[in-house]
Amino acid sequence: MDLSYGPEYEAFRAEVQKFLIDFKDQAPRGIGGTGRPAAETIHWQKLLIEHGYAARTIPKEYGGYGAEPDILKSRIISEEFTAAQMPGGIANQGVSMFVPTLLELGTEEQKQKWIRPTLNGDIVWCQGYSEPGSGSDLASLQTKGTEDGDDFLVNGQKIWTSTAKSADMMFCLVRTEPDAPKHKGISYLIFPMDTPGIEVRPLVTMTGNAEFNEVFFTDVRVPQNQIIGERGQGWFVANATLGHERGMLGDPNAAGSRLAEITQMMMEETVDGERLMDNPFLRDRLVKLQSRVLTMQYHGMRLLTARVKKESTGVAGLIVKLQGCDLNHDLAALAIDAMGEIGVLYDGSPMERSRGKWQWRYMFDLGLIIGGGTAQIQKNIISERGLDMPREPKPVKPAPADAAKSA
Amino acid sequence: MEFALSEEQKMLQDSVGRYLETACSLDVVRGVAEKSGLQADDVWSGLIDLGVPSMMVPEAYGGMAFGMLEAALVSEVMGRHVAAVPFIGACVLGPLAIARGGSDALKEAWLPKIATGAIRVGVALSEHTGAREDAGITAEGDRLSGRSLFVIDGGMADIFVVADTQGGLHLIEAGAEGVETIALTSIDRTRSLSEIRLTKVVSQPLDGGEDVLASLIDAGRVLYAADTLGAGWAMIDKAVAYAKERKQFNRVIGSFQSVKHMCAEMAAELEPCRSLIWYAAYAQDALPDDARLTAGHAKSHLSEVGRFVARTSTEVHGGMGFTDLLGLHYWFKRIGVNRQILGGPERVREELAKLQGWAA
Repeated sequence: MDLSYGPEYEAFRAEVQKFLIDFKDQAPRGIGGTGRPAAETIHWQKLLIEHGYAARTIPKEYGGYGAEPDILKSRIISEEFTAAQMPGGIANQGVSMFVPTLLELGTEEQKQKWIRPTLNGDIVWCQGYSEPGSGSDLASLQTKGTEDGDDFLVNGQKIWTSTAKSADMMFCLVRTEPDAPKHKGISYLIFPMDTPGIEVRPLVTMTGNAEFNEVFFTDVRVPQNQIIGERGQGWFVANATLGHERGMLGDPNAAGSRLAEITQMMMEETVDGERLMDNPFLRDRLVKLQSRVLTMQYHGMRLLTARVKKESTGVAGLIVKLQGCDLNHDLAALAIDAMGEIGVLYDGSPMERSRGKWQWRYMFDLGLIIGGGTAQIQKNIISERGLDMPREPKPVKPAPADAAKSA
Repeated sequence: MEFALSEEQKMLQDSVGRYLETACSLDVVRGVAEKSGLQADDVWSGLIDLGVPSMMVPEAYGGMAFGMLEAALVSEVMGRHVAAVPFIGACVLGPLAIARGGSDALKEAWLPKIATGAIRVGVALSEHTGAREDAGITAEGDRLSGRSLFVIDGGMADIFVVADTQGGLHLIEAGAEGVETIALTSIDRTRSLSEIRLTKVVSQPLDGGEDVLASLIDAGRVLYAADTLGAGWAMIDKAVAYAKERKQFNRVIGSFQSVKHMCAEMAAELEPCRSLIWYAAYAQDALPDDARLTAGHAKSHLSEVGRFVARTSTEVHGGMGFTDLLGLHYWFKRIGVNRQILGGPERVREELAKLQGWAA
């Protein structure tokens, strides 16, 4: 155990701090977000790439900064940007999921064509994976691509497509080999969102906002060469990026900031003229949550070390999404409970606190518990891969005689 | 930055763990629990050979001068094997109290003997984490009088480290005139718990006062939490093994999602606690600003997670988990006692709130 960073990293930290002071005025007000980036965000992104604070390890020839991967430096950048309350780089699905996939599995031509404009924020991507009938069992997806000359004709429907309204392009899982086993019949296609036959309908969630969309395809013509990997390899290609998504959810540092916000709120807000913090039951819940926040922060440090040393993390790594999402949700619940009636105010009501963000988080975080692999799927993964427990047996098809009997 | 164990630390934990795996079998534990509730003599001798009693003793007195992280790693394997030997008081808090507060003469007199395992220390300070009944030790000159309850490793102790009601620490000999030791019987028969009644007992002062006392309470909390971590993981492993073996409805029950999810939830709750224990233990020696806070969190959080794991693992074992045959209850009970000693979670959390200025 040695929790100091050492002189090389402290020097790097000083460099980041200096950048944040020197360029403070050029930062956009809003945080990156998942919509189409504003001009000031694109300017900021270019500055960040130039200094190595975004697209840090992506090769220069593709528009990145080209540094050697160094997890500790990445962490320092993230710590310092958070501490200074400055927006980081663009973290949309194109940057966080499509670019890593291309780097791993794209052709040289594809890398040259797509990575730079994606990093710069000039091209915005959305992800077409889930379907109404294919959530946890994603590999059963039914959107089909049938051969038509040099093209695929794509028909079907995707759901949970954030950014579809503003995206230029989609990376999409499509069943192109209907006779192959379900994991081997999928291709990973890319196409522009203005291709004829694509209709985007906003999907309003329980928060009252449309954070997601449904996307309908009717005879959408996609040239067969607009594919990442080979035909039928789409499941493998997609899994390269799902790993990136699981890493994004359940970030323990976000929980730390929330705990600090709630603590401050409980010190300031009153009921019956008494500080919320003076209520022993609320206070006990706060301290309990602090235990969990610290636990997950230290756990993050342990996993970080393991990643630096390229050691496998086993069950310790598999539990992060489940525990992290649950913790964030419970934090939002305490904030609401502490505020009581004021905690239910929303949508710009008089007396609403923090623009209703705790209610929004309480609802949206429930979506995160479900999305990106539900809590129940996470528990399957933990028990099967982490604890080596058997998979649920596949249902046995009844023999013809039995089928006749039960019919 | 490196948040990981060193090779030496891993080896230490492995060697004690491997030893206990064979030496401290369920039969041995059962033997102690059903007979005396004091200790497994053979296991204690084996731990002496491994140097466990010398872990926290400074090198000048024949010890290995390890830190709290090493102590927590050993405590974890003690819990894993529900080791029926004195450890937290005898091998850690006792020597730490003397090393931190004792005069040169006292150190010279006792530390070498602690290091060789020739004598064991009982630690009486529970009145500072919640005094019950009329307990409390008063010091008049060099004489101590009064009761102290829930003495850690008091059963076979040769000397006691005793905190008086003012927070002063003292050392007394178990055989001195005026010392009466009364065994308390808890659900956990793998470790002793006792009361001492003192009548004008001759004592020797340990310096450092409340700071040393506070550091002992923090250290003790980390160690009980670590014991629960080990005992809890043993219960998870047993539940998983049982679920992969036991068949109902023509399937191993471990293939039912309801059972798998119980196991996954236990692992998801308990595994991150390992990181909390490492941090809290390391903080005791290296991060003084975080020492109190993280020791309290380790104790209270492991108490909660430990209770969940103990209950859930027993349920995975079904009716067998409830019997004496399987012996699973030794782990269940150990975790139950760890929760209450040196402050249950609600009381510890209230201390943490005060520590941070959240409560008056």
